[in-house]
Amino acid sequence: MKTEPRTPYPEPFTMTTDSAIDQLKLSAGDYASNQEVRWCPGCGDYAILAQMKKTMAALGVPRENIVFVSGIGCSSRFPYYMNTYGIHSIHGRAPAIATGLKIMRPELFVWVITGDGDGLSIGGNHLIHAIRRNLDINIVLFNNRIYGLTKGQYSPTSPLAKVTKSSPMGSIDNPLNILSVAVGCEATFVARTVDVNTKHLGMCLERAADHRGTSFIEVYQNCVVFNDGAFDYATDRKLKSDAILELEHGKPMIFGKDRQKGIRLVGMEPEVVTLGEGVSEGDLLVHDEAAKEPSLAYFLSRMHYPDFPEPIGVFRAVDRPKYDELLNRQIDEAVEAQGAGDLDRLLSSGETWTVGQAEP
Amino acid sequence: MYEIRAKTMTAADGVKPVVDLQAATVRFCGDSGDGMQLAGTQLTNTSALAGNDVATFPDYPAEIRAPRGTKAGVSGFQIHFAADKIFTPGDQVDALVAMNAAALATNLQDLVPHGILIANEDGFGKRDLELAGYQQNPLEDGSLAAYQLHRVGMTRLTREAVKSSGLSTKEADRCRNFFAMGLVFWLYDRSLEPTERFILEKFGRRPAIAEANRTALRAGYNYGITTEAIARRFAVGPADLPPGRYRNITGNLALAWGLMAAAERSGCPLFYGTYPITPASDILHELARRKNFGARTFQAEDEIAAVTSVIGAAFGGAMGVTGTSGPGVSLKSEAIGLAVMTELPMLVINVQRAGPSTGLPTKTEQADLFQTLYGRHGECPLPVLAARSPADCFDVALEAWRIATGYMTPVVILSDAHVANGSEPWRIPKLDELPKIEVTHPGPSDGEPFLPYARDERLSRPWAIPGTPGLMHRIGGLETQDPTGAVSYDPANHERMVKLRGSKIAGIARDIPPQAVEGPQSGALLLLTWGGTYGAAATAVRQLWKEGASVAHAHLRHLNPFPANLGELVKRYRRVLVAELNSGQLRTLVRARFLVDAAGLNKITGRPFAVAEIASAMRLELDQQNVKGRGRMPKVE
Repeated sequence: MKTEPRTPYPEPFTMTTDSAIDQLKLSAGDYASNQEVRWCPGCGDYAILAQMKKTMAALGVPRENIVFVSGIGCSSRFPYYMNTYGIHSIHGRAPAIATGLKIMRPELFVWVITGDGDGLSIGGNHLIHAIRRNLDINIVLFNNRIYGLTKGQYSPTSPLAKVTKSSPMGSIDNPLNILSVAVGCEATFVARTVDVNTKHLGMCLERAADHRGTSFIEVYQNCVVFNDGAFDYATDRKLKSDAILELEHGKPMIFGKDRQKGIRLVGMEPEVVTLGEGVSEGDLLVHDEAAKEPSLAYFLSRMHYPDFPEPIGVFRAVDRPKYDELLNRQIDEAVEAQGAGDLDRLLSSGETWTVGQAEP
Repeated sequence: MYEIRAKTMTAADGVKPVVDLQAATVRFCGDSGDGMQLAGTQLTNTSALAGNDVATFPDYPAEIRAPRGTKAGVSGFQIHFAADKIFTPGDQVDALVAMNAAALATNLQDLVPHGILIANEDGFGKRDLELAGYQQNPLEDGSLAAYQLHRVGMTRLTREAVKSSGLSTKEADRCRNFFAMGLVFWLYDRSLEPTERFILEKFGRRPAIAEANRTALRAGYNYGITTEAIARRFAVGPADLPPGRYRNITGNLALAWGLMAAAERSGCPLFYGTYPITPASDILHELARRKNFGARTFQAEDEIAAVTSVIGAAFGGAMGVTGTSGPGVSLKSEAIGLAVMTELPMLVINVQRAGPSTGLPTKTEQADLFQTLYGRHGECPLPVLAARSPADCFDVALEAWRIATGYMTPVVILSDAHVANGSEPWRIPKLDELPKIEVTHPGPSDGEPFLPYARDERLSRPWAIPGTPGLMHRIGGLETQDPTGAVSYDPANHERMVKLRGSKIAGIARDIPPQAVEGPQSGALLLLTWGGTYGAAATAVRQLWKEGASVAHAHLRHLNPFPANLGELVKRYRRVLVAELNSGQLRTLVRARFLVDAAGLNKITGRPFAVAEIASAMRLELDQQNVKGRGRMPKVE
């Protein structure tokens, strides 16, 4: 896994050496483009944009080596607001665009910004295939459980019975569980975070950036106009301690205002227990983001409020060969085995014949 | 016009006279599992190596293995080999090899009167006859009296020949096509050596099979020598082709190699993002095995991912290419619009097949011209080129990439099933003789704000690629402000950008050769064609010249923009006849663009034009002019 792929463009960028960051001396503001940000006032996207710029500055990646790729939707305007390279493309196709770019330019730092409609409805196919290939890209899915840009239809993550313009009697579409899908595709990095929980969001973005392979982050993002308060349980100071379970690698799963509650396994099912009532920390499930099998991550992805606290944090972070690296390694191996291709020789290979004078 | 030559007799040749021919057309046909494509390919290569000009027409069913013995499962391969320059696989065949009753039933109509018919009589059992719809055995009921019928028990003879090899009956029967090849090779005085070399290469690791195939090949050849039934054999001498080194090449192979050559001549690494589809997949197969040339192939999850991956690769500075057929282009249309909007260079190959929908997936058609030109929403022009023959695909790939990079635009290459699978001799070019394709990317900047939509004298924008300091910019599908690239909803700006994109593509007409004409530069009749119909059209025109008729032929490579002189050119003839394998798409364009009352010759059977079809349509046009008292125009200006 150590060989660096040969690329047509030398000088891959390096990330996160402190001296490089000092030399670069870029602040979050340096990653802002000159475009006026046009999301609705109060939109959760602002918080994600701010945190992304901070993360980039903290990582110290030169702006010219970063590419943001998006599809269509409110979230997909994101690339316009970053002073990096970017493509605002067509609905749902950002992961495929990122795939072609990353294959040819593996040294670039490639981010895909998508939403629940863009990534899970029209672009669901590309999303699952990008994840299973495990290209070294980062996918951030802004989940607001509604179609915002088209003004308020239900989305693939809208809950059953959700009343919207296109579901006046309530949605009858069973919602898609994003992280279950990602885990089902054997994503090597899966995380969930919340737009206004800036510290946690920043942590997830940095972890995703550090991960080698496809990183998939779901961000609970509030649509202030069409689905305001959808994630109140995850943001409201009074509610969230009981509604959210913050995952930490190697730590027992404890939550609650007084950290009195925990998750215990009964057979194959999770169970909420209260510590002290015959239950000790040792009885609780311990989070293991590096578990070889995706079963635990899948199990966690199935926990939903209000029956369970909803987990946030890193569900899974494992190592698996990366498509871009494997593809470029095959190029190297072919060159090694057959020698660099000589087109004149190829064109003249096989059965040929000469007409007229023999060539010199 | 036979010339019987005395040939030195050897024991192996026997004593049968050899008749010299200018050309011959042979078709192998049998069940799709009978190895007919292989038999045809071997005769093709052997004839090419013997110096003939060759043209081929493989014709196979969409089903990989349709039920055995049925008409639906018949696969054929036609080869035209000649001592002259030829352009088509031939309208009719001089010799037909039919491996079973269904093959005879579906192919007999193309055999010339008194033609040679070699029938595997073991393929005419009761069940075979039923499946083929014969009430009685045509080999026995006298219905084939108009042909030189040779009944050969190929299955039986092959089994007998390879008996000592230890192969099972099933395996032995698989050698049957080599027996058929051997007999045809004898009939046309062809060397067995290239095929024996092929057998060694292909089956060398399985010596028993290799030996059995070789034995069957020889047995077929020897059968020709000894049989009393066939009295004469034929020879076709080498053609007078321009000097050089030649190989036989199919359209798809020529396209793949043309892409590799374009990548090398432009210095852009090649990325081929695609989804398997008939009849384009062979381009992927070829490029996938050329990794040591740096060719990167990506088999995407669908057609849309294929084309969008190419957009990503193009943004990164690569030579991005996607290949597909009509249904795939339908799926790619929105993304091609994005490439037009973002003005990124890339190639889209459409190996056309008969549509709409799944249509006839292995048959040819030219019905995607409108789709290519107009099949996207909004005003969305892009350059379109069409290859005229298998070998021409190589040149078209280079020309398309030159235009794509010179004008920062996606370019569509139109091929078709007939061009893609057909083959012809190709004079192998030297790489450094090919035009160099200049590609530049702007370098780092730390001063002026970068203007991604600033335009040069061709109206082309800079190809700035990620990794370049100071040139960070965003592109996208939203209308962009001229020239900053910022999102703009300004009505005047939108109109300006639509016109700029349109003018850019229209301006390519200044950068492509004027349309050439074969034949008189003005007069009674101009035959106008495009794409894979070139061979049949050129041959038909030559036939009419021999008859003294005044006809000219213009064959278009550039469908958008048209060559600058085309409008003036079509007006120099009293009549323009547009022959194409659709209901009149180019004709509609020519009429609309140039206000010319062009006539059409149209065919939508999934099969290429026969020379005779085009020739008689031209004769009819000329006759109608005669009736009108305008006289024929034998004068060549």
